[in-house]
Amino acid sequence: MSATQQLINNQSYKLKTASLTGILVAGMFFADISRAEYGINFPPPAADVAQEIYDIHMLTMQITTVLLLIVFGFVFYSLYYHRKSRGFQADQNFHNSWFGNWSWVVVPVMVLGVDLTIAGKADAVLKKVWDVPKEENILDVKVTGHQWWWEFDYLDHDIKVESRYVPEKESGDLYLREVDNRLVLPTGQKIRFLHTSADVLHAFWVPELAVKKDAIPGYVTETWAELNREGVFRGQCAELCGTWHSRMPIVVESVSPQQFAAWVDDQKAIKVAAAAEASADKTWSLDELMAKGKTLYDTKCAACHQVSGMGLPPAFPGLKGSAMVTGPIEAHLEIVIKGKEGTAMQPWGSLNDLEIAAIVTYERNAWDNNTGDVVQPSDVKQAR
Amino acid sequence: MTTTTLNHDEAHHHDMPTGWRRWLFSTNHKDIGTLYLLFALIMLFIGGASAMLIRLELFQPGIQLLDPDLYNNLVTNHALIMIFGAVMPAAAGLANWMIPMMIGAPDMALPRMNNLSFWILPAAATMLILSFVVPFFPGGGTQINTGWTLYPPLSVQVGMSMDFLIFAIHLLGISSVLASINIIVTLLNMRAPGMTLMTMPMFCWTWLVTAFLLILVVPVLAGGVTMLLFDRHFGTSFFDAAGGGDPVLFQHLFWFFGHPEVYILLLPSIGVLSHVIPAFSRKPLFGYKSMVGAMLTVATIGMVVWAHHQYTIGMSLGAVTYFMIGTILISIPVGLMIFNFIATMWRGAMTFETPMLFAVAIVLMFTFGGLSGVMLAVVPADMQYHDSMFVVAHFHYVLMPGAVFGLFAGVFYWLPKWTGHMYDETLGKIFFWTNVIGFNITFFPQHFLGLAGMPRRIVDYNMMFTEFNVISSIGAIIFGLSHLLLLYIVIKTIRGGKKAESRAWEGAKGLEWELDSPPAFHTWTVAPQIK
Repeated sequence: MSATQQLINNQSYKLKTASLTGILVAGMFFADISRAEYGINFPPPAADVAQEIYDIHMLTMQITTVLLLIVFGFVFYSLYYHRKSRGFQADQNFHNSWFGNWSWVVVPVMVLGVDLTIAGKADAVLKKVWDVPKEENILDVKVTGHQWWWEFDYLDHDIKVESRYVPEKESGDLYLREVDNRLVLPTGQKIRFLHTSADVLHAFWVPELAVKKDAIPGYVTETWAELNREGVFRGQCAELCGTWHSRMPIVVESVSPQQFAAWVDDQKAIKVAAAAEASADKTWSLDELMAKGKTLYDTKCAACHQVSGMGLPPAFPGLKGSAMVTGPIEAHLEIVIKGKEGTAMQPWGSLNDLEIAAIVTYERNAWDNNTGDVVQPSDVKQAR
Repeated sequence: MTTTTLNHDEAHHHDMPTGWRRWLFSTNHKDIGTLYLLFALIMLFIGGASAMLIRLELFQPGIQLLDPDLYNNLVTNHALIMIFGAVMPAAAGLANWMIPMMIGAPDMALPRMNNLSFWILPAAATMLILSFVVPFFPGGGTQINTGWTLYPPLSVQVGMSMDFLIFAIHLLGISSVLASINIIVTLLNMRAPGMTLMTMPMFCWTWLVTAFLLILVVPVLAGGVTMLLFDRHFGTSFFDAAGGGDPVLFQHLFWFFGHPEVYILLLPSIGVLSHVIPAFSRKPLFGYKSMVGAMLTVATIGMVVWAHHQYTIGMSLGAVTYFMIGTILISIPVGLMIFNFIATMWRGAMTFETPMLFAVAIVLMFTFGGLSGVMLAVVPADMQYHDSMFVVAHFHYVLMPGAVFGLFAGVFYWLPKWTGHMYDETLGKIFFWTNVIGFNITFFPQHFLGLAGMPRRIVDYNMMFTEFNVISSIGAIIFGLSHLLLLYIVIKTIRGGKKAESRAWEGAKGLEWELDSPPAFHTWTVAPQIK
């Protein structure tokens, strides 16, 4: 249970006993009221269609509230007046009255009227939500769900962003609502999201955009949005995707078109620099690879295999002292590049040679594995 | 025993075995009904314990009690145990006890099959519990972290406990289908002379429809999970896009079962209400015929709207429009049922014993749950609600009042008939109020959580969701513990109490109230004549 123990230690809310919990909760509850960050309704929409969805939500809620009040009104009237203790005599022929004989027509017709009102309004909004605009200058973002991170491909700009949750130490109050790399999007331009998954089902959900769509392996589904204000909008994965479903936040950073263009240029420059570094004909030292490898491992691998290398058996094997990691380099490279079918181990072949070399070197030497092996980018190239 | 062979048979029928033989070999509808109800009660506490653990974990942000896979495993088991272990067997228990007594039949039509359909259940429950426990043993594989919907590809990743679960579902399905066949045959063939289908008690009608629904949809679930089993072990790719399959196909198969299942859980309780409300309003059920019509309509439309559970999978505009309108239309027959209940109470002479209190709570709270269902049916708005805590709040508001409170009402209503003792009315009322208030504190705040953006089935959440989770968990503790009172009341009533008359309630109507309380081991050996 050491993995569980570690999980518990990671949290700042350590509650030792039930009674202590009760006291703490009472205290926190009243302390938190003043901050009043909790919401009771959708956050303010950041897109026109999202606003229409918000409006239809409010409309149906109002209609249903009125219906509820009508039902409650009749029931409570009856509960008060038609009771034996008040001496009320039961009307044994109520069901034989005109009303009794025709209510089976009257009631459904009235309900149908309400239904058609709701369905009619909903239908108009639905068409806007479902029909993705066909425009030349639409921005295509491919959203791929992974266990447990999001990959955003800006297809028009050839940029890829990997977005992962940030541990509580660094994210503080935004824990589980903050990521390392945000999904940066411009305002005033139609954006088409293309959803798919690399492993199991996920769902992309950002409440301010009112966009939710499942990520299904083998499918590409689409949704769209046009942001009408700048800001930071936070959502989470909405479809149960295994162990760390709770650790898949989505953070959209909505910026002006100019800022977006600048951001795109930055990302391209970073990408060029990384590619140059990886392809440089250089022999890397163990220390260099270990330093690079630790950063990469902690972001990309540690969700399953843990920072400690202990894993979370039986689902996620530990790497400390494992036969795979201390055995032949070829097998180790192969499982990293190609993944292992039927398990949560996914192929990492999309990383560049240097990154894979660094991760493999790190895994072979960290946590007292100390094999002394140094895997060079050229070895990775050969293994591909 | 008398001398003729004819009388030999009769003497055999009056034989009442004792000890474990009485229960294991039982072919008596009353004993099998009791077994079903006891089984359901045990499962209610197991499923309830898992729900309490879930709420304790969500009491505060952070991961305190349960590691994420154990949390997901509990979420899965809570749903399956409550649906297949508690609610369905409890409804079957009421059916076994009451249907023969209500229609003037000596027993169920197929008594030995009745025995089989019950005794499959303990085996199925053992498999179900094993599926939860196995991962804790060395080599037991990973825990079931999929939720009760078992969506692939996640469910293909799970270890051997998923296989235990698949076989548990097969067994539960066989049990349900056998029980349904028995109920249909009994209702169609064993009614007392003079009792037509359209004068049959409403509880029998609801079970007739429920039984047909079960026979139609349970095999689809069995097929779906069998395909899953083949994908897991025999190299097929029904649900694997890489092999030419389709992960969404499983969702369609699952919800083709899963949506009618909601009505399977709901209808028997509607049947109970149709007896409780007239009894305590002291006037006949309003709109018997429209009730039957509404029920058949619900069952029919309910069979063809399953994909409203899957609005986010990327169906075509035409498909979602169809499923949206179909789903919204369900409000017509359901609205008519609620209307009929209110009209039954209207101008009655009501008293408020525990069964009636539950009945009134159902009318109010089920209406609430149904109306949030209309909100969920609206596709564009569902883009926000889907898979959020709003959905959790909604279906608990439908299933707790709609199914479980109905069963509670039935148990309190018929407990005097079964045991021959009146239950303690004061305790019954205390149970009602703690239960209903606890329930509302638990689930009402979850609407807000969902709207504010909290997804369901997460083990850990951001502190912006703390307040309502704290309230919800406090409610859950009240709600959960209140069931201990139910247990106490039931045990106390079985052991003794004020003697119940044959007609235990002033306004109770129907053949079951003509019999002694408790009824003889064999009743209606001579069919009553219905005029």
